[in-house]
Amino acid sequence: MSELPTPAQTVGPFYGYALPFPGGPQIAPAGHPGTLTVHGRVYDGEGAPVPDALLEIWQPGPDGSRSGAPGSMRRDPATGGHAGRDGVVFTGFGRIATDADGNWAVRTLPPGDLPYLSVCVFARGLLHHLFTRIYLPGPETDGDPLLASLAPERRATLLAAEHGPRTLRFDIRLQGPGETVFLDFP
Amino acid sequence: MTAKRSPRTADPAAGGVEPRHPARQPERQHTGMTPTQQEISAEIAARRAAYLGAGEVRHHPPRDYPPYRGSALRHPREPLVAVHDPEAAELSGPVFGATDVTELDADLTLGHTGEPIGERITVTGRVLDRDGRPVRGQLVEIWQANAAGRYAHQHDRHPAPLDPHFTGTGRCLTDDQGRYRFTTVRPGAYPWPNHTNAWRPAHIHFSLFGTAFTQRLVTQLYFPGDPLLGYDPILQSVTDDAARARLVAAYDHELSVPAWSLGYRWDIVLDGPAATWTEEDR
Repeated sequence: MSELPTPAQTVGPFYGYALPFPGGPQIAPAGHPGTLTVHGRVYDGEGAPVPDALLEIWQPGPDGSRSGAPGSMRRDPATGGHAGRDGVVFTGFGRIATDADGNWAVRTLPPGDLPYLSVCVFARGLLHHLFTRIYLPGPETDGDPLLASLAPERRATLLAAEHGPRTLRFDIRLQGPGETVFLDFP
Repeated sequence: MTAKRSPRTADPAAGGVEPRHPARQPERQHTGMTPTQQEISAEIAARRAAYLGAGEVRHHPPRDYPPYRGSALRHPREPLVAVHDPEAAELSGPVFGATDVTELDADLTLGHTGEPIGERITVTGRVLDRDGRPVRGQLVEIWQANAAGRYAHQHDRHPAPLDPHFTGTGRCLTDDQGRYRFTTVRPGAYPWPNHTNAWRPAHIHFSLFGTAFTQRLVTQLYFPGDPLLGYDPILQSVTDDAARARLVAAYDHELSVPAWSLGYRWDIVLDGPAATWTEEDR
């Protein structure tokens, strides 16, 4: 490695008119019967909801493809506004800002060859983003070596919980009791 | 906004100002008192000394950096768990294309019914990986305050004027050499509630993607010679002097366009591993 990296800085409080885009949470093709809703809340070290976090999701396609596809944030070349996703292409990428109550939700299809969605967390007060994973219920998750390496109470923070038909709950705790396991990719 | 302007300080006890929105209220203080710049500067110096004493190079800011009060409750206390799996999904990442940007997106001075107020600048550079390879065809997003130091965001209540001709968001795709280029106006400094008389140096927020999700980067560009750089706990959270210097763009007279704009150059190097595949495999 010959180049030294550019340091990270916080996303700050004012990304909201720049980064979120219409259709950001809607990774699944429109009306797809296999759509899975994953939702939850982001909490700080005092258990207060974080109203200004930004989550990004990356995942392989339902066929296992990891190449992704353009079109997550299509623009309207006539107006310069957002055109939204085309409802057909699976880009594998989602971006969701938490609401005033710290809630977020994403609608997607389970990845083809892996039991997890990759998550990147940004927020005011967070100087360097954090990676975590949302593990979906199933046999692959039960046999996952990363999960197996964690103590049970830590492992539990990466497991999405059934929360209704085709709906899973996944909370993110930035600090303190039940603190989410965050990942490093050295 | 009242007609009469009063100097806005970061001290919530200062009179003559409307209630602040939570986004600009002081972080929940555990010490009770709003710290002074002197106190924050002393904390910054202590953190830098501790870093130098530890003798280990650290390119990124620690997530636990008390001089930046907002970090107190928003950093994990447990160590990160290292992932060494060569099959990890994070070694691949999202892609963007012509459909995700329009031609006008890279010029923040366009798209309104008139010219924005401020010093017109161009900012350009290359996006590289740690091996010095250009990151091609990837999305670069920026956002910034206007020339008066105000964001076009409802939570920003700094009593500086909004500019009807400036929103402050832009995006582009890097070219085959990894180059990006934006035309904008130089953003203003603005006050924030971290401590009494806290001012953010002028900066442009950058969001970058590499070929892998592990290379994701959100950061800020600063301007050379800004007298506020040394006072700012967000910039100073990068305790390594050389790393911190990499966040400051260079004025490049060759980039300045005669009778039009001033030029700044800023190259960006993305950290983190990527899959070893080549462009041809994609």
